[in-house]
Amino acid sequence: MKILLGVGGSELSYHALDETIERADEAGDDLTIAIFDSEEVETTLEEIQERVEERLAATGFDADVRHIESDQPGGELVELAESEGFDRIVLGGGKRSPLGKIQLGSIVEFVLLNAQTPVTLIR
Amino acid sequence: MTLDYPEEPAGDFPPPPRTLTDREGRELIYTAADEGDREALVAMYLEFDPADRAQGIPPVKEDAIRDWLDSILESDCLNVVARHDGDVVGHTTLVPDRHGQNELAIFVHQDYQGAGIGTELVKTLLGLGQEHGIENVWLTVERWNDPAIALYRKVGFETNNSERFELEMTIRI
Repeated sequence: MKILLGVGGSELSYHALDETIERADEAGDDLTIAIFDSEEVETTLEEIQERVEERLAATGFDADVRHIESDQPGGELVELAESEGFDRIVLGGGKRSPLGKIQLGSIVEFVLLNAQTPVTLIR
Repeated sequence: MTLDYPEEPAGDFPPPPRTLTDREGRELIYTAADEGDREALVAMYLEFDPADRAQGIPPVKEDAIRDWLDSILESDCLNVVARHDGDVVGHTTLVPDRHGQNELAIFVHQDYQGAGIGTELVKTLLGLGQEHGIENVWLTVERWNDPAIALYRKVGFETNNSERFELEMTIRI
């Protein structure tokens, strides 16, 4: 399968990165990692790129890493998945509110509602 | 979460303790709750109908219920319970967020829904909040949950404009 993983720099997105690398390695999937700067997280594309490359180096798994520069990363992820024939989009998400309710970020919500490909949410 | 709040306060709310008769003729006692109410709360949540869970709470398993209750019975949180014949049958909680505002949630045992208990719980918690100098309260609710949305509107919550999955509502007290 061709997997498109979105990583926006949140802790949950790095958790999804670890899980997805492990699964892709086991299943022999072709993994593309699209990194984007989410408004919800204080980080930069460079920081995210570094961390993604560290994880890839540590696991010895080879994946294509792309940058999403758009300020609407959800839209671009969906577009990329369709235009390049990905079989699945994977995202991490699902923060807890102060009293414990699960909340999805706006990018995850957008992708779940608009993607034509199956979406896996890792939380 | 940064949200818009109504400009005008919603008015005075009645603080606990209160004793009221519900629409089924049952006598309910509303009191502020703390760690001493933990076991009675665990008992209610163990019986709680899974269909009435909202956005992942209350948790299902007992240890997760206990962890969750630990976090919302902290000293900076406010809680009100409704008891009938000694058992907790409804619970509402107000938890501070990082922005000096407060998130509200409410749970009523399935055998006690539709009797006006939820409305009185929220009013009583907002009364307790006023006593503690709380001004801004917010909540999220699933868009299809019409009875809950109607309850919050009746109490004075207003809907925030947003296109998120859940409806965001706020009140100034």
